[in-house]
Amino acid sequence: MYRYDEFDETLVRERAKQFRGQVERRLKGELKEENFKPLRLQNGVYLQLHAYMFRIAIPYGQLSAKKLRQLAMIADKYDKGYGHFTTRQNIQFNWIKLAEIPDALEALADVEMHAIQTSGNCIRNVTSDHLAGAAFDELEDPRPWCEIIRQWSTFHPEFAHLPRKFKIAVTAATPDRAAVKVHDIGLLMKKNEAGEAGFEVLVGGGLGRTPYIGLTIRDWVSKQDLLSYLEANMRVYNRYGRRDNKYKARIKILVNELGEAEYRRQVEEEFANQNAWEKVVLPQEEIDRITAYFAPPKFETLPTKSTTLDGAIAVDRHFARWTKNNLRAHKVPGYTAVHIALKPQGVAPGDASSAQMRAAADIAEKYGLDDIRVAHEQDLVLPHVKLDDVPAVYAALKAADMHASNAGLGSDIIACPGLDYCNLSNARSISVANEIQALFADPDFEDEVGTLHINVSGCINACGHHHVGHIGILGVDKKGEEFYQILFGGRADEKATIAEIQGPGLKHEEVAPALKRVIARYMELRTSKTEKLADTMTRLGQAPFKEALYASA
Amino acid sequence: MPLLKDGKIVDDVWAFVEDGHELSPGGCIIVSLGRFLSEHDQLLARNRSIGVRLAVSDNPELLAPFLDQLHLVELQFPKYTDGRAFSQSQLLRRRFGYKGEIRATGQVLRDQLRLMIRSGFDAMVIDEADAEAVFDFSAHEFSEFYQAASDATDTIFMKRQKKREEKAAE
Ligand code: HEM
Ligand code: SF4
Repeated sequence: MYRYDEFDETLVRERAKQFRGQVERRLKGELKEENFKPLRLQNGVYLQLHAYMFRIAIPYGQLSAKKLRQLAMIADKYDKGYGHFTTRQNIQFNWIKLAEIPDALEALADVEMHAIQTSGNCIRNVTSDHLAGAAFDELEDPRPWCEIIRQWSTFHPEFAHLPRKFKIAVTAATPDRAAVKVHDIGLLMKKNEAGEAGFEVLVGGGLGRTPYIGLTIRDWVSKQDLLSYLEANMRVYNRYGRRDNKYKARIKILVNELGEAEYRRQVEEEFANQNAWEKVVLPQEEIDRITAYFAPPKFETLPTKSTTLDGAIAVDRHFARWTKNNLRAHKVPGYTAVHIALKPQGVAPGDASSAQMRAAADIAEKYGLDDIRVAHEQDLVLPHVKLDDVPAVYAALKAADMHASNAGLGSDIIACPGLDYCNLSNARSISVANEIQALFADPDFEDEVGTLHINVSGCINACGHHHVGHIGILGVDKKGEEFYQILFGGRADEKATIAEIQGPGLKHEEVAPALKRVIARYMELRTSKTEKLADTMTRLGQAPFKEALYASA
Repeated sequence: MPLLKDGKIVDDVWAFVEDGHELSPGGCIIVSLGRFLSEHDQLLARNRSIGVRLAVSDNPELLAPFLDQLHLVELQFPKYTDGRAFSQSQLLRRRFGYKGEIRATGQVLRDQLRLMIRSGFDAMVIDEADAEAVFDFSAHEFSEFYQAASDATDTIFMKRQKKREEKAAE
């Protein structure tokens, strides 16, 4: 994991101090809320329905036990004892007091963390594949480049007041676990014809009220040129992105209005015009320095199979199910990546109590090479666990009630906070998600259904990514009553597709029964269990599912 | 409102002349980009200090051929959340090598000063009673920066490289 040097450290300390000053001016009335707002937003502080919300960056989703324990401390001391892991590898606290946020920032700085640029119209926390460095299917570890982008984008003087927020995601694996095609810029590591690793650059993806899949603006850019090429994109956006209408201000609208070819031409021209003073080129020694922090840990030489694990699977049905659903292949024989699904039945997706955070920290320290990731599915992941240790990890997770065995399945729902916390919402999200989860209360049935992505957003802003769920659910308000539109056929992976709205909205209580019919239809129609719902829909069209959706009981 | 130049309050000797209005014979004047482009021969021939005001949507590249004859470029912040002038000023300084004054007007708030200084602004009109103290504070609030910009600050990346070189030399 990257470690701060004195320069990184000074910067986050000075930031905490700066924000303390800004909060003092605000509390004394010297700073108007109107002028304070963009400042607090750049520090992750939103004003919500009940209180301030505080969002902390977890760059590319990586935590250590020490960091996670500090988050647990913040949950206890400044919040109500829990936190909420988000789809962008951040954590949010919903009940913090403004006057206490500077103290929380200092506590974060103590463990090399911050809340810089976690909201506001600037370059946000860079996200990545939660299996980076562990995945067998990646070209190379993308994290050094995420860290380089983090440093380059931190307090960038030119791009602090963009037309709108700007999100960058990086992956180096072919199954895209970072949803790079629905980001403002998605970077996909790949080799050029000469075999040199660089990046494909996708621009203009995004969800929200106008969803788009990112377009390949550059098929390949070298590592040396990456930051300069990003600057060229950012400058074109900063200068020409729309500022007259906040709903049309994302880069996706600029790319769409200019057209792909013209946008590309402008970026390439800007890139070509950069002089030596403007180019952002890091010395190779610096790239090497940062990369060295991500060197693979010392893995043991182990057999591919573990008799300890196989023995435990044979005797415990629940454990067997959990291993089937929550383990992911590792590049080193004898190791696995473990998903800690934060989606037990009946809980707000992504919520974790401080006790659970501490338990995960202990487990990671004892069995997981002190590495913990936040996945965009709002789960935690232990990327490096020995197969031999899996039964012990499960036992420890179970003791902390973190052993939900539904990773990637129907009840592993991505949902935004909705009406319960969010002042922009039209409808509840958490309760709908909970009712859908109940459809999968029987684990055998859930396993039989198999991989299924259900996403719930409480309004058109799409924080729950309803556009990229196999089944998406969108809360709308009709004359003061909550309704839910149902979308089909979305996906966020390398075949990223925007889901389509089916028809009239359903009432809250109608959603779960309607989904039950859709799932039954899917099981009738699919060719095999490995055919995902999105694939069945591609093969047969959405009509049979729409029919099931609206068939009254 | 006080005008700061290099962090010190100075008298403002410049006057903006609206398009279509007659130019006063003496004094330092600022005109719009449109007027400058259509009248630059006469304007430069006056042999007086001349400045140009760019709107946020104006392209600074159009000034490139004239920059060594200009004494001031005024860039605007219609709202302080409108960051286009940061790109304009970086272009003027770094791409086109402009050395004269870059002045910020509009909604200039103390919390932007650091960004302005880094982006190449050396003057700003700011509504603060104690403008010099506010400037001094904002200019020194942060001591480390990752990005090379239009000011002369050594970046973190440069400092790290220097450390490595010193270590190698030992
Ligand atoms: C509780 C208060 C929240 C508020 C007020 C809020 C507000 C918003 C708004 C207004 C947008 C749309 C921005 C745009 O399209 O330009 C947005 C997008 C987004 N939000 Fe939230 N959000 C909240 C919570 C969350 C949470 C808890 C998550 C994660 C679970 C989240 C994840 C996202 C993501 C990933 C997007 C991006 C969609 C895109 O790429 O267009 N948000 N949010
Ligand atoms: S999707 Fe809407 S309701 Fe849900 S968190 Fe985002 S803004 Fe709030």
